[in-house]
Amino acid sequence: MAAVIRLVNRSPLSSAMGQQYLALSSTAKVQAAGVRAGQALPEKVKIVEVGPRDGLQNEKTIVPTETKIHLIDMLSVSGLPVIEATSFVSPKWVPQMADQVEVMKGICRQPGVSYPVLTPNLKGFQAAVKAGASEVAIFGAASELFSKKNINCSVDESLQRFDEVMKAAKEAGVPVRGYVSCVLGCPYEGKVAPEKVAHVAKSLYSMGCYEISLGDTIGVGTPGSMSEMLEAVSREVPVNALAVHCHDTYGQALANILVALQMGISVVDSSVAGLGGCPYAQGASGNVATEDVVYMLHGLGIQTGVDLSKLMDAGAFICRSLNRKTNSKVSQATCKL
Amino acid sequence: MGNVPTTVKHCLSYEQLIQDYPWLRRWLLQEKTITGHEYPEFVKIVEVGPRDGLQNEKEIVPTGVKIQLIDMLSGTGLHVIEATSFVSSKWVPQMADHTEVLRGIQRAPHVQYPVLTPNLQGFQDAVAAGATEVAVFGSASETFSKKNINCSIDESMLRFEEVINTAKEQQIPVRGYVSCALGCPHEGHIEPSKVAEVAKKLYEMGCYEISLGDTIGVGTPGSMFKMLQCVMKEVPADALAVHCHDTYGQALPNILTALQMGVCVVDSAVAGLGGCPYAQGSSGNVSTEDVLYMLHGMGIETGVNLAKVVEAGDFICNALCRKTNSKVAKARGRTL
Repeated sequence: MAAVIRLVNRSPLSSAMGQQYLALSSTAKVQAAGVRAGQALPEKVKIVEVGPRDGLQNEKTIVPTETKIHLIDMLSVSGLPVIEATSFVSPKWVPQMADQVEVMKGICRQPGVSYPVLTPNLKGFQAAVKAGASEVAIFGAASELFSKKNINCSVDESLQRFDEVMKAAKEAGVPVRGYVSCVLGCPYEGKVAPEKVAHVAKSLYSMGCYEISLGDTIGVGTPGSMSEMLEAVSREVPVNALAVHCHDTYGQALANILVALQMGISVVDSSVAGLGGCPYAQGASGNVATEDVVYMLHGLGIQTGVDLSKLMDAGAFICRSLNRKTNSKVSQATCKL
Repeated sequence: MGNVPTTVKHCLSYEQLIQDYPWLRRWLLQEKTITGHEYPEFVKIVEVGPRDGLQNEKEIVPTGVKIQLIDMLSGTGLHVIEATSFVSSKWVPQMADHTEVLRGIQRAPHVQYPVLTPNLQGFQDAVAAGATEVAVFGSASETFSKKNINCSIDESMLRFEEVINTAKEQQIPVRGYVSCALGCPHEGHIEPSKVAEVAKKLYEMGCYEISLGDTIGVGTPGSMFKMLQCVMKEVPADALAVHCHDTYGQALPNILTALQMGVCVVDSAVAGLGGCPYAQGSSGNVSTEDVLYMLHGMGIETGVNLAKVVEAGDFICNALCRKTNSKVAKARGRTL
């Protein structure tokens, strides 16, 4: 039997072949086929909870300040290490976040938990620090059109603005997280080149951001485009300084997160109850639900420090307040209503 | 190859090689999945919407609607569409019109229309109605088997053996399902070795393909990996399929894991039809549209036209007066 046949032509198996090679051990093949799947995953993953900011910002109803504070307080005791609390953009642009100062001052901060806030410019940064912020975040885009439509300036101009914030933050000893949006696609430009994402990520990292969160803003990414993009970015920014911020608009978020973990990423952004629809696809979902991410990570044996049932309680609370159903499948499946 | 002796021609013919060494095709497929590719180049989608999907819908769907759904799906490029089920209508009233459905559909060339046949009676009815492929349903959980089909796993295997032997005589291929592969609503955790044992039995009895079902959707890439590792020691990867439920949102990462391990057949349901009977109000089957979106985004071919599947999904959701469970369909603005 030991016929050794060379594999010459690998296209249609049905065509007549000349010669083919066959290796002899099939066990090794089956084991090797599982290599990617069984690849060493991080032991721990840090979840960055963006529900109170990114989530609520995209909800139609204006949420009362006390509700926001209560949500953040519930999340604070669920074991989450980072909770994005609010945003110091002008309330003219984002009315949902107009109560930024009251929220910052009203929350009960847990020791060991970070409460970053968005600061689009120096003015926002100064207001944030005054209100007690001890970590901030800045938001760049990998797409020129998106940058112009979203924050009214080009990508390079936005990086210059952020430079001011970075300098002030360094002086004040305040860490800064950088976001890059449209990393896997843009609602205006369509496809976004991985090199462009890498360029923006590198700029933010070189300016001093301790972590760069790569956002699939419209959720169009798949494991294919995610791995291509991460390969490009990880050549410029060390993988332990990267995070993924996946939207579930096309149901791809968890698959994309899994691929990111396999590539060494160990920080994942998500939103309790999957708060925040997608402003670019009417009625579609946006952020991936923290409950569903935690369920997957725990099922993989990865530690997060998060208590899933407390997290679900927080999700149930905010959904009741917003009078809407949760976007989390885990919550739906275990709902006791 | 004019001057080459017949015996040499015989040796060099690929078709003859496959006939002489049936394991060759399997080995070549395995080689493809590890050298240079991390994923299969082609994935076969088994569309279970008209059977598994509709079976779990509350409203009884008119026969005409079922037929139209299947006909629409037949035009999308799908290679396999599970058409109906020949279980007793006493147990599954939704499938009472199995004969009319099978006779009413317009079969597209190169498309298979398997039907469920729980026992010999069902098999005979199916063949009389024109079935050319059937499926049998085993379970990795004793309790689930008893509660679902009123007998132990071993007893069910005896029933299936009758079906498979009769099917062999009539050259009708049989697909095997193993439910509760990643967890049971009654027993909880299911040992991967039990799944492997049942899968192996079905495969050795003569099923050409074994679909491993995460019946309650509790699986994660962690449990999927462990289960497949175990099953693949007994059944070759190219005879395996995964049937993932999205009840906990884990279906796509679970499918991704299976693909990474060399599985290249995926079951799914258009519009994510069929809720989960074990978790009130929750979703069940993963949506074909969402699976296709992922596969195509990874450069994996399926032969299926996503837009046409979305249309079929729109049609059935309108007919059922319900929203689609597919995120892709929702995002493309085709909700009610």
